[in-house]
Amino acid sequence: MDLFQIINDIAKVDPEVYDRFDSRRAVFRNFLGYGKKASAAALPLAVSTLFSKAYGQTTGTGSGLDPLIVGTLNLALQLEYLEKYFYQTALASNILNPEQTGAVTIILNDENLHINTLRGVLKGDAVADPTRAAFDYTGSQGGKRPALFATLGTTFTSAADFLMVGQQFVDTGVRAYKGGAANLITQKDILEAAINIHSVEARHSSRIRSLRRGGIQSATAPKSWITPDETPTTPPLPNNYNVAGAPALVGPYKRGADAAKFPDESNVSQGTNPVLNAQTLVAGVGAGAGAEAFDEPLDAATVKAIAKNFATDPTALFK
Amino acid sequence: MHNSTNSSVDLAAGLGTPVARRSFLRYSGAGLAVGGLWLAGCSKDDDNNPTAGFIDVGTGDTGILNYAYALEQLEAAFYAQVVAGDYFKNANTSAAEKALFTDLKDHEAIHAAFFKGAITSGRITDSLQPDFSGIDFSQRTTAAGSAKMGVLNAAMAFEDLGVAAYNGAARFISSVDYLTLAGKIVSVEARHAAAIRELLTQNTFVANDVVDLTTSTPNNSGGTGNLTGTGMERSKRPPVVLETANKFLAANSKLSANSFA
Repeated sequence: MDLFQIINDIAKVDPEVYDRFDSRRAVFRNFLGYGKKASAAALPLAVSTLFSKAYGQTTGTGSGLDPLIVGTLNLALQLEYLEKYFYQTALASNILNPEQTGAVTIILNDENLHINTLRGVLKGDAVADPTRAAFDYTGSQGGKRPALFATLGTTFTSAADFLMVGQQFVDTGVRAYKGGAANLITQKDILEAAINIHSVEARHSSRIRSLRRGGIQSATAPKSWITPDETPTTPPLPNNYNVAGAPALVGPYKRGADAAKFPDESNVSQGTNPVLNAQTLVAGVGAGAGAEAFDEPLDAATVKAIAKNFATDPTALFK
Repeated sequence: MHNSTNSSVDLAAGLGTPVARRSFLRYSGAGLAVGGLWLAGCSKDDDNNPTAGFIDVGTGDTGILNYAYALEQLEAAFYAQVVAGDYFKNANTSAAEKALFTDLKDHEAIHAAFFKGAITSGRITDSLQPDFSGIDFSQRTTAAGSAKMGVLNAAMAFEDLGVAAYNGAARFISSVDYLTLAGKIVSVEARHAAAIRELLTQNTFVANDVVDLTTSTPNNSGGTGNLTGTGMERSKRPPVVLETANKFLAANSKLSANSFA
C-alpha cells in the first residue's frame, strides 16, 4: 500500500488533507503508536484509524478533538446558552417594541444556529443543554445574594435593563471568542468557524448598542463600538466562586488575569514588537478613537468568573 | 531543519521510535511540499496570469499583515474622502451619521497607521492609489439610475468585505499574537458593518448576504423558527476579497495574494 500516493490522491479532491493530518497531532501520536507495536498485517487498520480521525468520523460519540479545543468550544457553547435563554425570556416577556423585537428575534435565531454549529463540532463532548432554569439573570445566583438586576427575573420587566445586560453579555462573548481563538490555531477549519461566529457576535453587540440609544439615528451613548469610558464605569462583578487564574473583580470591559495579554477595553497599547500607542499614531483623531479601534480578548478563567454571576448554581456551570 | 548531529544520534539508536517518528514526519513533510507544488501548478494558468503586474502581498505572516494593511489603506482613503465630500458636509446629514463617519474615519486611519508601524520589514507600499471613480461622494445612498455607489452603499461594501477578509485570512496566520491582533480589529470592523447596514435598512445587521442563514427565519418569541444555516459569517479567502478590492484600486495598485488561495 502506497500511503503517500493515497494521500496525494486525496489532496486532489481535498487540498486540506494535510491540514487535517498535521493539525490533529493526536492522530499522528495514535498512528505512530500503532506503528511501534503493530505488524505489517495491522497496517491497513492503522491507516483507516488515521483517516477516520482526520475526517472526524470516529466510531465513538466524541469529537476526537484535543481537550483544550473541547474546553474552549464548550465555554463558547455555554455562553451561547446564557444568551439564548436571555433573549428567549425577553421575547416572551412582552417588554420590547417592534424594532427591538425584530432585532432580538434575529439575534436569538443566530444563537440557536451557533449552538447547533458548536454541538456539531463537539459531538458527544458537548456539554448538556443547561436549560433556562440554570440561569439567574437577576444575578442573585439562585437567591444566594441580593439581586443585581431585579427586573430580570423569570419574566423580564425592563427593556432598558435587558438591553444593558444584553450588551454586556454579548461583549463578553466577543471577548471570549477572541481570547479562545489562539487555542484553535492548530485546527484551521474550527478556527475559521469560531472566528466566523465571533464577528457575528460583534454585529449583535453593535445592534444592541444602537437599540440602547434609541435607534441608529440617535447620537447619544453608547456608541456601536466599545468606548474607553465603559471600562471604569461598568460596575465590576465578584469572582465569588474563586475561579483560579481570574482576578478578584471581573467585568465585561475589564482586564483578565494577565493584563498584558488581556487588558482593559480602554487599552491603547497595541502590537508586540514594536508596541504602538493607537491613540497617538494618527494626528487629530478623537479622544477615544485609539481604544475604540481595537477590541480586547479575555481569558477563559475571567470569562467563567463573569458568567458564574448569572448561574443559578455557580458550581454547576462554567466549570 | 535537518540536523546532522541529531540524525547520527538517531542512527546510533538503531531502529528506535525516534527514527521512525522523525523520518515519517520528514517524509510526510516532503509529501506536503510536493502536493503543494502540484496544487500550485494546477491552480495557476501560467500562459495567462491574471495577476501579472499586481502587487503581491507576499508570504507567511508578513503577507497576511500586508494584506490587512492594504485593505486598511483602502478603507482609510475611502473615509478620508467621505468626510471631505458633499454628503458629509451637507447640512441635512444627521448628527448621528456625521459622528459615525468621523469615528470610522479615525478607526480606519488608526488601523492603517498601526500596520504601517507594525510591519517593520517586507512591507508593501504605503501609498496604494485608490480608484473611487465608481463612488459618488455627494450621494448618501446610490441614486436611482446612477452607475455610481452612494456613500452608505460603498461603506457597507467595504466594511462587510473587511470582516469577510479578516475571517478568511485567519487560517493562514501562524503567530498566535497576530491571530489575536486580527481578532482585535475584525470585531471592530463587524461593529462598523452592522451600524452602516442599520443606516440603510433596519435590522439587516446579520442578513443572509453576510451570515449563513435562511433569508426568512420566522423565529417566533418561543424560539421555534425554521432554522437553517450555521449562523456564521461568510468569510472569504484573500483572492476572492481582492477581486472586489481591486475594483477600488488604481491600475498600478492592484493586489494579488498568490500564496493564500
